Amino acid sequence: MQDTMSDQFVLETRGLVKEFKGFVAVNDVNLNIQRGHIHALIGPNGAGKTTVFNLLTKFLPPTRGKILFNGKDITSLKSAAIARRGIVRSFQISAVFPHMTALENIRVALQSFEGNSFQFWKSGASLNKLNERCMELLDSVGLADFADTITVELAYGRKRALELATTLAMEPELMLLDEPTQGMGSEDVDQVVELVRKAAEGRTVLMVEHNLSVVSKLCDRITVLAQGAVLTEGDYQQVSDDPRVREVYMGGTATPKQETAE
Amino acid sequence: MSNSDNQTELQKTMLGQLKASQRKKMIFNLVVLALLILAPAVIYATFLMKILCFALFAVAFNLLLGFTGLLSFGHAAFLAAGGYTTGYLLSSYSGLTTEMGIIAGTAAATVLGLLFAIVAIRRQGIYFAMITLALAQLLYFVFVQAPFTGGEDGLHGVPRGHLFGLIDLENNVAMYYFVLAVFLGGYLLVQRIVNSPYGQVLNAIKQNEPRAVSLGYNVDRYKIIAFVISAGLAGLAGSMKTVVFQLASLNDAHWHMSGEVILMTLLGGTGTLLGPVVGATFVVNLEYQLSQGPLGDWVDPILGAIFVITVIAFRSGIVGEVQKFVKKNLN
Ligand SMILES: Nc1ncnc2c1ncn2[C@@H]1O[C@H](COP(=O)(O)OP(=O)(O)O)[C@@H](O)[C@H]1O
Ligand SMILES: [Mg+2]
Repeated sequence: MQDTMSDQFVLETRGLVKEFKGFVAVNDVNLNIQRGHIHALIGPNGAGKTTVFNLLTKFLPPTRGKILFNGKDITSLKSAAIARRGIVRSFQISAVFPHMTALENIRVALQSFEGNSFQFWKSGASLNKLNERCMELLDSVGLADFADTITVELAYGRKRALELATTLAMEPELMLLDEPTQGMGSEDVDQVVELVRKAAEGRTVLMVEHNLSVVSKLCDRITVLAQGAVLTEGDYQQVSDDPRVREVYMGGTATPKQETAE
Repeated sequence: MSNSDNQTELQKTMLGQLKASQRKKMIFNLVVLALLILAPAVIYATFLMKILCFALFAVAFNLLLGFTGLLSFGHAAFLAAGGYTTGYLLSSYSGLTTEMGIIAGTAAATVLGLLFAIVAIRRQGIYFAMITLALAQLLYFVFVQAPFTGGEDGLHGVPRGHLFGLIDLENNVAMYYFVLAVFLGGYLLVQRIVNSPYGQVLNAIKQNEPRAVSLGYNVDRYKIIAFVISAGLAGLAGSMKTVVFQLASLNDAHWHMSGEVILMTLLGGTGTLLGPVVGATFVVNLEYQLSQGPLGDWVDPILGAIFVITVIAFRSGIVGEVQKFVKKNLN
């Protein structure tokens, strides 16, 4: 039905630009995210990675440029509509509902497709039919035992796992993960790698990640961003051999690996 | 095998505990209801009605602050819009039954709430509060100038009339039970809303708005609906108040009133449905006691001091603190 380009790519951006009062945070970025890939977006702090995510999900309006999802122009859609179409993001700072239980966190995501969310006259018990699916999702990230725990009381790594399960509850076609391993110890990092690998089955993932060992294990393709512009793109070998990439990271006074420690 | 047996045992005891706590709640509710029904035998009915009107106002306000995370600093506008509309209609058209005047007042506040919401809803935090305050101030000056409000004098001698054309509301006890029924209706409506699927989304928005957006919720729409319901119920409280006191005045529209409902709600506790009711009861009582004694001129500073102490030391309000205390001492 659609042309070959859009069959191959889930997401494309054309000349994406974001200016903040004259400061160019994202500069003419053209992304092509291949269906089924785990695609990494890397670059030093302040390169514009989070801003790209904000543009793709319309948390910020682009100054110029186009965003195509499955070949269709979605540049003018609102955030909520984009999420419903199948692009669901996580946040750099852990995004949970802190005073709900783990199960309720996931249920909010499932409820999004229920069509009862404006029914203020209905009993909340009508949501209980979603609990079974919630438990499956919790189980898939190893949180089944914490279903009734209030989220603030979960350890950091578990919060991030819950966040992932909540995102998965939306069954997104394209999942955007902003530094899923940030601030984690190495054990938790290994676990997140496995979770992301599992979560990526049957879908496409675009992830911002500082930890290059994670990138090398998971990602099929890597785009390097520096000062808002695409510096280079390729597989892990190509990118890590590129002297310009090293330059950018050295210029930022740190190698990408070390930046995780910041 | 034995493991799963254990689990069902555990589930049974948990279910038992749940039922026990539900039973306790039920008993508590029945006792409160009985006290409310018997109260006018002991306490001056007009005073009770004043408390119930403010309690309804605070419950309406808390749907926004406590359950959606929106701080409106303009809720006096809705109280006054309800009060003036009802007062004007009942004074001018003797053919109207009392409940028609009240429905009209509530409707006026609801429409006004929609207008406020459309203007303010996209602003966050303090900007939202400031815009609602500004709009309410605008309306205050409309009320000062408009021909139907009686300006500085207000509307006096509003007839209480007959409920459904049948029950004479000049009878203070009849009036009290009518106010009680309306209050309970409003309270139960908010309770239902908070516990509904929609209430769950409001809760999500309150706790983490960007996350709610990223899960596909058009949060502005949810917030607008909450605001409109809150405004409507605040208007209902204003309408009832006008019928009770046969009076609508600029006091209700003044920003002091917007501040007072914030105080009542924070003092009682935003986390629960009961909090604002307790807060309103406390404030109305305190104002009355002070006005009777030598400290009559000190009402505002004393309320201010209580407000500061609450915000600093008792964040979860009277009901929240009591709940914490009970939990601690039962475990
Ligand atoms: N809302 C904003 N207003 C102004 N400047 C911003 C805003 N968001 C990001 N920036 C700037 O844009 C640049 C890129 O930021 P960001 O996308 O967060 O970088 P990264 O995620 O790659 O570390 C930074 O210089 C940051 O200060
Ligand atoms: Mg970032």
